Amino acid sequence: MDWSFIGVHVPDYIGGAWVTLRFGLYGVACSMVLGLLCCLAQYFRVPVLRRIVGAYIEVARNTPLLVQLFFLYQGLPRVGIRFSAQACAVIGLTFLGGAYMAEAFRSGLEAVDRSQTEAGQCIGLTAAQNIRFVILPQALATAVPALFANIIFLIKETSMFSVLAMMDLMNVADTLRTSGGRTIEVLFMLVAAYLVLLLPVSLIATLAERRLRYAGFGDRHPV
Amino acid sequence: MSEPILRVKDVHKSFDETGVLHGVSLDIREGEVVVIVGPSGCGKSTLLRCINGLETIDRGEIFLRGEKISGRTKDLHLVRQKIGMVFQSYDLFPHMKVMDNLLLGPVRALGRPREEAEKEAMEMLARVGLREKADVYPRTLSGGQKQRVALVRAMMMHPEILLLDEITAALDPEMVSEVLNVVIDLARGGMTMAIVTHEMRFAEAVADEVLFLEDGVVVEQGPPEKFFHAPETERAQQFLKSFTYSFKKSEVQPKNNPED
Amino acid sequence: MQDSGIAILFKGINFQRLLGGLWVTLRIALISIGLSCVLGLLFGLLMLSRRKIAQVFCRVWLEIVRFMPQLVLLYIVYFGFARMFGWDLDGETSGILVFTFWGAAEMGDLIRGALTSIPLHQTESAAAIGLTQWQIYRHVLIPQMLRRLLPQAINLSTRIIKTTALVKMINVIEVLKVGQQIIGQFYRSPDAAFWIYFVIFLLYFLVCWPISMLAKRLEKKWA
Repeated sequence: MDWSFIGVHVPDYIGGAWVTLRFGLYGVACSMVLGLLCCLAQYFRVPVLRRIVGAYIEVARNTPLLVQLFFLYQGLPRVGIRFSAQACAVIGLTFLGGAYMAEAFRSGLEAVDRSQTEAGQCIGLTAAQNIRFVILPQALATAVPALFANIIFLIKETSMFSVLAMMDLMNVADTLRTSGGRTIEVLFMLVAAYLVLLLPVSLIATLAERRLRYAGFGDRHPV
Repeated sequence: MSEPILRVKDVHKSFDETGVLHGVSLDIREGEVVVIVGPSGCGKSTLLRCINGLETIDRGEIFLRGEKISGRTKDLHLVRQKIGMVFQSYDLFPHMKVMDNLLLGPVRALGRPREEAEKEAMEMLARVGLREKADVYPRTLSGGQKQRVALVRAMMMHPEILLLDEITAALDPEMVSEVLNVVIDLARGGMTMAIVTHEMRFAEAVADEVLFLEDGVVVEQGPPEKFFHAPETERAQQFLKSFTYSFKKSEVQPKNNPED
Repeated sequence: MQDSGIAILFKGINFQRLLGGLWVTLRIALISIGLSCVLGLLFGLLMLSRRKIAQVFCRVWLEIVRFMPQLVLLYIVYFGFARMFGWDLDGETSGILVFTFWGAAEMGDLIRGALTSIPLHQTESAAAIGLTQWQIYRHVLIPQMLRRLLPQAINLSTRIIKTTALVKMINVIEVLKVGQQIIGQFYRSPDAAFWIYFVIFLLYFLVCWPISMLAKRLEKKWA
């Protein structure tokens, strides 16, 4: 293992990791917003929107991100819609992630017993108060593990940004591999970089889950 | 004769094709405790849920202190602030501590200042024997304790009338009396209540009037002494009989009597 | 001569070529899924074993799969193994190796989850009516386990199919690559890229969607 090689190229990897992380997080944030909106549209049975959202979720969940990115980056420009590489990255990730987040939020909402809603109504809360104090906190708490799992999944999916000609981690690794030829070191650093990115997220996820479990959930036993 | 707090007039309710309530009427005056009994599925719970607006009625009217509350689509929460309801399944908010459960209604819905509400909540908790539990999460409580908290939560709203829907049905037997004693305490204090229950001895103790509901119709109605000891209708008699066993094993002659 | 994008699709054997490319990915996916099922079963049983070392082994394997993007694993096998062990693996084989490595771990976890989620009192009541251990397995445990497992296993399969698109990055001639070849051939066409990528998008959807619908139907039926 050539440690000097590694030492020299750490900054490249940090740069790549930063690109990956930045656009990954933009994608994650937009996904969560989109996912929440979609979920609410379905939960409140908004007439036309509900169908559109349903179709969107099916399409987004059944096509690979790679194909979506090619379509966005290479296909759309031919009919006049041109996005920058960065925009494609975020749009693609949001398109995919929104569907997964919607499902996570939905499972959270459905886990809240209808009797909880009624209990809130019985003490005279308005619908908005009921959602804010009774339903949403419980829904979010149930959805948190799934939400974090999605976040980790989406950050892993960012490895496909390399087809967009962005200097993300994968492209950094590729460039170094093809130019310098120290494949083992290059791959080692790649693995390390992703670990550095994902381990903290995983830790935060575990802490969040544990803290919510401590708050207790009636008679539901933590698995 | 003063205006009844609650007036239920000829209420009909069906779910899809199945009729559940067929013209039920009832008046409850201030300070009165009406106990509703009857076989399962006869519409007792549905009646309470209709009063509280959790179900809409198909025909008939419901009045609270003279004001019509049935058939409303807006501002139901204002009506519900005046009606307290406790369910069989307690439904405390699991993500909040006991005190927060009690304060959510008064502080958010009624806009009362928190310290004042908290003081009252602590007093009420002490009255039901749960003072030390103010700061814990509901999942650490027993069923009886949860139900007592649920009662306090409903009372914190200072309702005009309290609706209790089989609140001891899901409890272990030894916890039933701790909850029912709280209800008796409330009745002694003059709280107007409509109680659905299967606990016949409790019903006899706490009722001013008993309503016997079967298949969505009021079959018999009257003071507890009359209903429980000299019921008029045959169906009421049958119903009450179902709670006793006329058989006593120890009084039966053994088959193989060596003296035969 | 300008060809409109759509016309190119049906020109000659272009569409067949696309389908051929799709078949390459599907082949990799199907083989990986099959191997994952077999290995997954072993993995699942290993996870339930009492031996500490088996549990640690499984844990490490799962964590690797959890934190590493599949593309990174593909790079490690395709580029890395050549350097490390001198193995010259082609793209397809690398793909199968990686996806089986991934699939077996996830499948094993699903199996373990399905087995442990059956409430203990099911086994106990079966024993109480006098069934033998084998009968309990056959009539109570395995049917229930399969019901919980199958929808999730099918979802995993869909995910594997989608992820196989990644083998494009390790020089496998699959559908995206074929698409690019066709686009290159007909470079004079203004919107070929749009239609080709759109069709590839559609193809993946048409493959994955029925499968995930099946999983949903099974889940509903057996909920």
